[in-house]
Amino acid sequence: MTDPSTTAAEPRPSLAKVFWVFLVLGATSLGGGVVGYLRTGLVVRQRWLDDTAFVELLSISQTLPGLNATNMAILVGDRLRGGWGALLATLGMCLPSAVLMTAAAFAYDIGGDSAASKAFLHGIAAGALGLVLVVMVQLGSRVLKSAADYVFVLATAGAVAGLGISVPYALLAAGAVAIWWHRPRRNGDR
Amino acid sequence: MKQLGDIAGVFAYLSLLTVGGGMAAFPELKTLTVDVHHWLTFPTLLHFYSLGQLAPGPNMMMVASIGAVVAGVPGALVALVAFFLPTGLLTFAIGRLWMHLGTWRWRPAIQAGLGSVSVGLVLAGAIIMGRGVLNGVLYVAIAITVFLLLFKSKINPAYPIVSSGLIALGAHYL
Repeated sequence: MTDPSTTAAEPRPSLAKVFWVFLVLGATSLGGGVVGYLRTGLVVRQRWLDDTAFVELLSISQTLPGLNATNMAILVGDRLRGGWGALLATLGMCLPSAVLMTAAAFAYDIGGDSAASKAFLHGIAAGALGLVLVVMVQLGSRVLKSAADYVFVLATAGAVAGLGISVPYALLAAGAVAIWWHRPRRNGDR
Repeated sequence: MKQLGDIAGVFAYLSLLTVGGGMAAFPELKTLTVDVHHWLTFPTLLHFYSLGQLAPGPNMMMVASIGAVVAGVPGALVALVAFFLPTGLLTFAIGRLWMHLGTWRWRPAIQAGLGSVSVGLVLAGAIIMGRGVLNGVLYVAIAITVFLLLFKSKINPAYPIVSSGLIALGAHYL
Protein backbone atom coordinates (compact mmCIF):
# COMPACT_ATOMS: atom_id res chain seq x y z
CA MET A 1 0.00 0.00 0.00
CA THR A 2 2.77 2.46 0.87
CA ASP A 3 5.10 2.96 -2.02
CA PRO A 4 7.84 5.53 -1.40
CA SER A 5 8.32 6.05 -5.14
CA THR A 6 4.88 7.67 -5.50
CA THR A 7 5.63 10.80 -3.51
CA ALA A 8 3.65 13.72 -4.89
CA ALA A 9 4.54 17.39 -4.62
CA GLU A 10 2.25 17.79 -1.61
CA PRO A 11 2.03 15.57 1.50
CA ARG A 12 -0.31 12.58 1.20
CA PRO A 13 -3.93 13.69 1.57
CA SER A 14 -6.29 11.93 3.99
CA LEU A 15 -8.78 9.37 2.68
CA ALA A 16 -11.61 11.77 3.52
CA LYS A 17 -9.92 14.47 1.45
CA VAL A 18 -9.48 12.09 -1.52
CA PHE A 19 -13.17 11.16 -1.35
CA TRP A 20 -14.25 14.79 -1.04
CA VAL A 21 -12.16 16.06 -3.98
CA PHE A 22 -13.44 13.31 -6.28
CA LEU A 23 -17.01 13.82 -5.03
CA VAL A 24 -16.79 17.50 -6.00
CA LEU A 25 -15.32 16.52 -9.40
CA GLY A 26 -18.11 13.96 -9.87
CA ALA A 27 -20.75 16.55 -9.06
CA THR A 28 -19.40 19.49 -11.05
CA SER A 29 -17.89 18.01 -14.24
CA LEU A 30 -20.91 18.93 -16.35
CA GLY A 31 -21.04 18.31 -20.06
CA GLY A 32 -18.84 15.30 -20.59
CA GLY A 33 -15.38 16.89 -20.78
CA VAL A 34 -14.36 15.09 -17.63
CA VAL A 35 -10.64 14.96 -18.52
CA GLY A 36 -10.40 18.76 -18.46
CA TYR A 37 -12.03 18.93 -15.04
CA LEU A 38 -9.71 16.17 -13.77
CA ARG A 39 -6.62 18.06 -14.85
CA THR A 40 -7.82 21.31 -13.28
CA GLY A 41 -8.74 19.56 -10.02
CA LEU A 42 -5.81 17.17 -9.62
CA VAL A 43 -2.87 18.94 -11.29
CA VAL A 44 -3.67 22.64 -10.92
CA ARG A 45 -5.68 22.92 -7.68
CA GLN A 46 -4.56 20.02 -5.47
CA ARG A 47 -1.11 19.52 -7.04
CA TRP A 48 -1.40 15.80 -6.41
CA LEU A 49 0.17 15.07 -9.82
CA ASP A 50 2.32 16.89 -12.35
CA ASP A 51 1.36 17.03 -16.02
CA THR A 52 3.72 14.22 -17.02
CA ALA A 53 2.20 11.83 -14.49
CA PHE A 54 -1.31 12.98 -15.48
CA VAL A 55 -0.75 12.22 -19.18
CA GLU A 56 0.87 8.89 -18.31
CA LEU A 57 -2.11 7.81 -16.18
CA LEU A 58 -4.53 9.11 -18.81
CA SER A 59 -2.92 7.01 -21.52
CA ILE A 60 -3.30 3.91 -19.32
CA SER A 61 -6.95 4.87 -18.70
CA GLN A 62 -7.61 5.16 -22.41
CA THR A 63 -5.91 1.90 -23.35
CA LEU A 64 -7.73 -0.20 -20.77
CA PRO A 65 -11.44 -0.97 -20.82
CA GLY A 66 -13.48 1.22 -18.50
CA LEU A 67 -14.38 4.89 -18.60
CA ASN A 68 -11.66 7.52 -18.46
CA ALA A 69 -13.24 9.21 -15.44
CA THR A 70 -13.40 6.09 -13.27
CA ASN A 71 -10.10 4.65 -14.50
CA MET A 72 -8.40 7.93 -13.61
CA ALA A 73 -10.07 7.91 -10.18
CA ILE A 74 -8.74 4.39 -9.57
CA LEU A 75 -5.19 5.12 -10.74
CA VAL A 76 -4.89 8.48 -8.97
CA GLY A 77 -6.59 7.19 -5.80
CA ASP A 78 -4.19 4.22 -5.73
CA ARG A 79 -1.17 6.51 -6.10
CA LEU A 80 -2.35 8.79 -3.31
CA ARG A 81 -3.69 6.32 -0.75
CA GLY A 82 -3.42 2.76 -2.09
CA GLY A 83 -6.45 0.47 -2.48
CA TRP A 84 -8.76 2.44 -0.17
CA GLY A 85 -7.85 5.63 -1.98
CA ALA A 86 -8.78 4.02 -5.30
CA LEU A 87 -12.11 2.78 -3.93
CA LEU A 88 -13.11 6.08 -2.29
CA ALA A 89 -12.04 8.15 -5.29
CA THR A 90 -14.18 5.97 -7.58
CA LEU A 91 -17.20 6.11 -5.25
CA GLY A 92 -16.90 9.90 -5.00
CA MET A 93 -16.65 10.21 -8.77
CA CYS A 94 -19.72 8.04 -9.41
CA LEU A 95 -22.08 8.91 -6.56
CA PRO A 96 -23.57 12.23 -7.76
CA SER A 97 -24.41 11.13 -11.30
CA ALA A 98 -25.53 7.65 -10.17
CA VAL A 99 -28.20 9.27 -8.00
CA LEU A 100 -29.08 11.73 -10.76
CA MET A 101 -29.44 9.12 -13.52
CA THR A 102 -31.45 6.75 -11.33
CA ALA A 103 -33.80 9.61 -10.53
CA ALA A 104 -33.95 10.44 -14.26
CA ALA A 105 -35.25 6.94 -14.99
CA PHE A 106 -38.19 7.43 -12.61
CA ALA A 107 -38.85 10.97 -13.89
CA TYR A 108 -38.84 9.57 -17.44
CA ASP A 109 -41.55 7.10 -16.47
CA ILE A 110 -43.72 9.97 -15.29
CA GLY A 111 -43.12 12.61 -17.96
CA GLY A 112 -41.11 10.97 -20.72
CA ASP A 113 -44.08 9.92 -22.80
CA SER A 114 -45.44 13.37 -23.59
CA ALA A 115 -44.73 14.60 -27.10
CA ALA A 116 -43.07 17.77 -25.81
CA SER A 117 -40.54 16.00 -23.58
CA LYS A 118 -39.83 13.55 -26.42
CA ALA A 119 -39.05 16.48 -28.72
CA PHE A 120 -36.79 17.99 -26.05
CA LEU A 121 -34.94 14.70 -25.44
CA HIS A 122 -34.59 14.05 -29.16
CA GLY A 123 -33.04 17.51 -29.57
CA ILE A 124 -30.62 16.70 -26.76
CA ALA A 125 -29.75 13.43 -28.50
CA ALA A 126 -28.94 15.29 -31.73
CA GLY A 127 -26.70 17.65 -29.75
CA ALA A 128 -25.04 14.73 -27.97
CA LEU A 129 -24.32 13.15 -31.36
CA GLY A 130 -22.46 16.35 -32.30
CA LEU A 131 -20.46 15.98 -29.07
CA VAL A 132 -19.63 12.33 -29.81
CA LEU A 133 -18.30 13.34 -33.23
CA VAL A 134 -16.11 16.07 -31.73
CA VAL A 135 -14.70 13.63 -29.16
CA MET A 136 -14.00 11.18 -31.98
CA VAL A 137 -12.17 13.78 -34.07
CA GLN A 138 -10.10 14.95 -31.08
CA LEU A 139 -9.27 11.38 -30.08
CA GLY A 140 -8.42 10.62 -33.70
CA SER A 141 -6.13 13.60 -34.13
CA ARG A 142 -4.06 12.39 -31.19
CA VAL A 143 -4.04 8.69 -32.07
CA LEU A 144 -4.11 8.40 -35.86
CA LYS A 145 -0.66 8.88 -37.33
CA SER A 146 -0.52 6.96 -40.63
CA ALA A 147 -2.84 5.97 -43.48
CA ALA A 148 -2.95 2.45 -42.05
CA ASP A 149 -4.47 3.81 -38.83
CA TYR A 150 -7.35 5.32 -40.83
CA VAL A 151 -7.86 1.97 -42.54
CA PHE A 152 -8.16 0.31 -39.09
CA VAL A 153 -10.72 2.94 -38.05
CA LEU A 154 -12.86 2.45 -41.16
CA ALA A 155 -12.54 -1.34 -41.08
CA THR A 156 -13.60 -1.49 -37.43
CA ALA A 157 -16.50 0.93 -37.91
CA GLY A 158 -17.63 -0.78 -41.13
CA ALA A 159 -17.52 -4.23 -39.53
CA VAL A 160 -19.58 -3.14 -36.52
CA ALA A 161 -22.00 -0.55 -37.91
CA GLY A 162 -22.21 -1.84 -41.49
CA LEU A 163 -21.97 -5.63 -41.26
CA GLY A 164 -23.31 -5.94 -37.71
CA ILE A 165 -20.32 -7.96 -36.51
CA SER A 166 -20.35 -7.96 -32.73
CA VAL A 167 -17.86 -5.70 -31.01
CA PRO A 168 -15.68 -8.29 -29.21
CA TYR A 169 -14.85 -10.06 -32.50
CA ALA A 170 -14.14 -6.77 -34.26
CA LEU A 171 -12.08 -5.58 -31.30
CA LEU A 172 -10.00 -8.77 -31.14
CA ALA A 173 -9.50 -9.12 -34.90
CA ALA A 174 -8.83 -5.46 -35.73
CA GLY A 175 -6.90 -4.98 -32.50
CA ALA A 176 -4.60 -7.92 -33.23
CA VAL A 177 -3.89 -6.74 -36.79
CA ALA A 178 -3.36 -3.13 -35.66
CA ILE A 179 -1.03 -4.08 -32.80
CA TRP A 180 0.91 -6.35 -35.15
CA TRP A 181 1.17 -3.50 -37.68
CA HIS A 182 2.68 -1.29 -34.97
CA ARG A 183 4.89 -4.10 -33.64
CA PRO A 184 8.32 -3.14 -32.38
CA ARG A 185 10.86 -3.28 -35.23
CA ARG A 186 14.48 -3.98 -34.68
CA ASN A 187 15.85 -1.00 -36.61
CA GLY A 188 14.12 2.34 -36.91
CA ASP A 189 11.81 3.46 -34.13
CA ARG A 190 8.66 2.22 -35.80
CA MET B 1 -33.87 -12.40 -9.33
CA LYS B 2 -33.44 -13.59 -12.88
CA GLN B 3 -33.73 -10.02 -14.09
CA LEU B 4 -31.02 -8.84 -11.70
CA GLY B 5 -28.82 -11.67 -12.95
CA ASP B 6 -29.44 -10.62 -16.56
CA ILE B 7 -28.63 -7.01 -15.71
CA ALA B 8 -25.39 -8.06 -14.01
CA GLY B 9 -24.37 -10.23 -16.97
CA VAL B 10 -25.18 -7.65 -19.63
CA PHE B 11 -23.41 -4.73 -17.96
CA ALA B 12 -20.37 -6.70 -16.80
CA TYR B 13 -19.94 -7.82 -20.42
CA LEU B 14 -20.50 -4.32 -21.82
CA SER B 15 -17.96 -2.82 -19.43
CA LEU B 16 -15.19 -4.91 -21.00
CA LEU B 17 -15.93 -3.34 -24.40
CA THR B 18 -15.45 0.26 -23.28
CA VAL B 19 -11.94 0.56 -24.68
CA GLY B 20 -11.22 4.24 -25.31
CA GLY B 21 -14.52 5.42 -23.84
CA GLY B 22 -18.14 4.54 -23.23
CA MET B 23 -19.24 5.08 -26.84
CA ALA B 24 -17.24 2.02 -27.94
CA ALA B 25 -19.80 -0.13 -26.10
CA PHE B 26 -22.81 1.60 -27.67
CA PRO B 27 -23.40 -0.86 -30.56
CA GLU B 28 -23.56 -3.85 -28.17
CA LEU B 29 -25.49 -1.80 -25.62
CA LYS B 30 -28.18 -1.19 -28.22
CA THR B 31 -28.24 -4.83 -29.38
CA LEU B 32 -28.49 -6.31 -25.87
CA THR B 33 -30.85 -3.88 -24.13
CA VAL B 34 -33.16 -3.10 -27.07
CA ASP B 35 -33.07 -6.10 -29.43
CA VAL B 36 -32.27 -9.06 -27.15
CA HIS B 37 -33.82 -8.24 -23.76
CA HIS B 38 -36.43 -5.62 -24.83
CA TRP B 39 -35.78 -3.63 -21.66
CA LEU B 40 -36.42 -0.34 -23.44
CA THR B 41 -37.01 1.07 -26.93
CA PHE B 42 -34.24 2.51 -29.10
CA PRO B 43 -35.54 6.12 -28.73
CA THR B 44 -35.62 5.72 -24.92
CA LEU B 45 -32.05 4.40 -24.98
CA LEU B 46 -30.98 7.42 -27.04
CA HIS B 47 -32.72 9.73 -24.58
CA PHE B 48 -31.00 8.15 -21.56
CA TYR B 49 -27.66 8.16 -23.34
CA SER B 50 -28.01 11.87 -24.11
CA LEU B 51 -29.14 12.76 -20.58
CA GLY B 52 -26.07 10.87 -19.39
CA GLN B 53 -23.88 13.12 -21.53
CA LEU B 54 -25.38 16.11 -19.73
CA ALA B 55 -24.96 14.69 -16.23
CA PRO B 56 -21.70 15.36 -14.40
CA GLY B 57 -19.16 12.61 -13.74
CA PRO B 58 -18.50 9.51 -15.87
CA ASN B 59 -20.45 9.71 -19.12
CA MET B 60 -22.06 6.24 -19.00
CA MET B 61 -23.98 6.56 -15.75
CA MET B 62 -27.08 6.00 -17.84
CA VAL B 63 -26.51 2.30 -17.13
CA ALA B 64 -28.12 3.16 -13.76
CA SER B 65 -31.17 4.48 -15.62
CA ILE B 66 -31.53 1.25 -17.60
CA GLY B 67 -31.12 -0.82 -14.42
CA ALA B 68 -33.78 1.33 -12.72
CA VAL B 69 -36.21 0.92 -15.63
CA VAL B 70 -35.87 -2.87 -15.47
CA ALA B 71 -35.81 -3.47 -11.70
CA GLY B 72 -36.02 -0.23 -9.73
CA VAL B 73 -33.29 0.93 -7.36
CA PRO B 74 -31.85 -2.60 -6.89
CA GLY B 75 -31.59 -2.82 -10.68
CA ALA B 76 -29.70 0.46 -10.81
CA LEU B 77 -27.28 -0.72 -8.11
CA VAL B 78 -26.66 -4.06 -9.82
CA ALA B 79 -26.09 -2.34 -13.17
CA LEU B 80 -23.57 0.07 -11.64
CA VAL B 81 -21.61 -2.57 -9.74
CA ALA B 82 -21.56 -4.89 -12.77
CA PHE B 83 -20.48 -2.07 -15.06
CA PHE B 84 -17.71 -0.66 -12.86
CA LEU B 85 -16.35 -3.49 -10.70
CA PRO B 86 -14.73 -5.85 -13.26
CA THR B 87 -12.99 -3.12 -15.27
CA GLY B 88 -12.18 -1.29 -12.03
CA LEU B 89 -10.30 -4.30 -10.66
CA LEU B 90 -8.57 -4.75 -14.01
CA THR B 91 -7.47 -1.11 -14.10
CA PHE B 92 -6.27 -1.34 -10.50
CA ALA B 93 -4.16 -4.43 -11.25
CA ILE B 94 -2.83 -3.27 -14.63
CA GLY B 95 -2.16 0.21 -13.23
CA ARG B 96 0.29 -1.29 -10.75
CA LEU B 97 1.81 -3.60 -13.35
CA TRP B 98 2.03 -0.93 -16.08
CA MET B 99 4.48 1.17 -14.09
CA HIS B 100 6.92 -1.73 -14.37
CA LEU B 101 6.31 -2.02 -18.11
CA GLY B 102 7.58 1.49 -18.84
CA THR B 103 10.15 0.34 -21.34
CA TRP B 104 8.45 -2.81 -22.61
CA ARG B 105 8.89 -2.89 -26.43
CA TRP B 106 5.27 -3.84 -27.13
CA ARG B 107 3.74 -1.08 -25.01
CA PRO B 108 3.68 1.65 -27.71
CA ALA B 109 2.42 -0.94 -30.22
CA ILE B 110 -0.54 -1.83 -27.98
CA GLN B 111 -1.33 1.83 -27.37
CA ALA B 112 -1.18 2.78 -31.07
CA GLY B 113 -3.03 -0.34 -32.24
CA LEU B 114 -5.87 -0.19 -29.75
CA GLY B 115 -6.04 3.59 -30.23
CA SER B 116 -7.09 3.36 -33.88
CA VAL B 117 -9.49 0.48 -33.20
CA SER B 118 -11.18 2.40 -30.40
CA VAL B 119 -11.66 5.43 -32.66
CA GLY B 120 -13.30 2.99 -35.10
CA LEU B 121 -15.62 1.75 -32.35
CA VAL B 122 -16.60 5.31 -31.45
CA LEU B 123 -17.35 5.96 -35.13
CA ALA B 124 -19.50 2.79 -35.25
CA GLY B 125 -21.35 3.97 -32.14
CA ALA B 126 -21.91 7.39 -33.71
CA ILE B 127 -23.27 5.82 -36.92
CA ILE B 128 -25.71 3.61 -34.99
CA MET B 129 -26.73 6.55 -32.82
CA GLY B 130 -27.18 8.70 -35.94
CA ARG B 131 -29.58 6.16 -37.47
CA GLY B 132 -31.88 6.67 -34.51
CA VAL B 133 -31.42 10.40 -34.06
CA LEU B 134 -31.16 11.94 -37.54
CA ASN B 135 -34.76 11.46 -38.66
CA GLY B 136 -35.41 15.04 -39.78
CA VAL B 137 -33.65 18.07 -41.23
CA LEU B 138 -33.87 19.86 -37.86
CA TYR B 139 -31.95 17.14 -36.03
CA VAL B 140 -29.28 16.91 -38.75
CA ALA B 141 -28.86 20.69 -38.52
CA ILE B 142 -28.60 20.55 -34.71
CA ALA B 143 -25.98 17.78 -34.78
CA ILE B 144 -23.85 19.60 -37.37
CA THR B 145 -24.14 22.94 -35.54
CA VAL B 146 -23.17 21.45 -32.17
CA PHE B 147 -20.28 19.61 -33.82
CA LEU B 148 -18.92 22.80 -35.42
CA LEU B 149 -19.48 24.86 -32.27
CA LEU B 150 -17.65 22.42 -30.00
CA PHE B 151 -14.95 21.82 -32.58
CA LYS B 152 -14.18 25.54 -33.00
CA SER B 153 -14.56 26.73 -29.41
CA LYS B 154 -13.86 25.50 -25.89
CA ILE B 155 -17.28 26.16 -24.37
CA ASN B 156 -18.80 23.67 -21.93
CA PRO B 157 -20.67 21.08 -24.06
CA ALA B 158 -23.62 21.25 -21.66
CA TYR B 159 -24.72 24.65 -23.06
CA PRO B 160 -25.13 23.71 -26.74
CA ILE B 161 -26.67 20.34 -25.80
CA VAL B 162 -29.32 21.90 -23.56
CA SER B 163 -29.93 24.52 -26.26
CA SER B 164 -30.45 21.68 -28.77
CA GLY B 165 -33.23 20.33 -26.58
CA LEU B 166 -34.84 23.75 -26.23
CA ILE B 167 -34.70 24.37 -29.99
CA ALA B 168 -36.33 21.01 -30.70
CA LEU B 169 -38.95 21.80 -28.04
CA GLY B 170 -39.61 25.19 -29.64
CA ALA B 171 -39.95 23.59 -33.08
CA HIS B 172 -42.45 21.13 -31.60
CA TYR B 173 -44.77 23.97 -30.59
CA LEU B 174 -44.46 25.86 -33.90
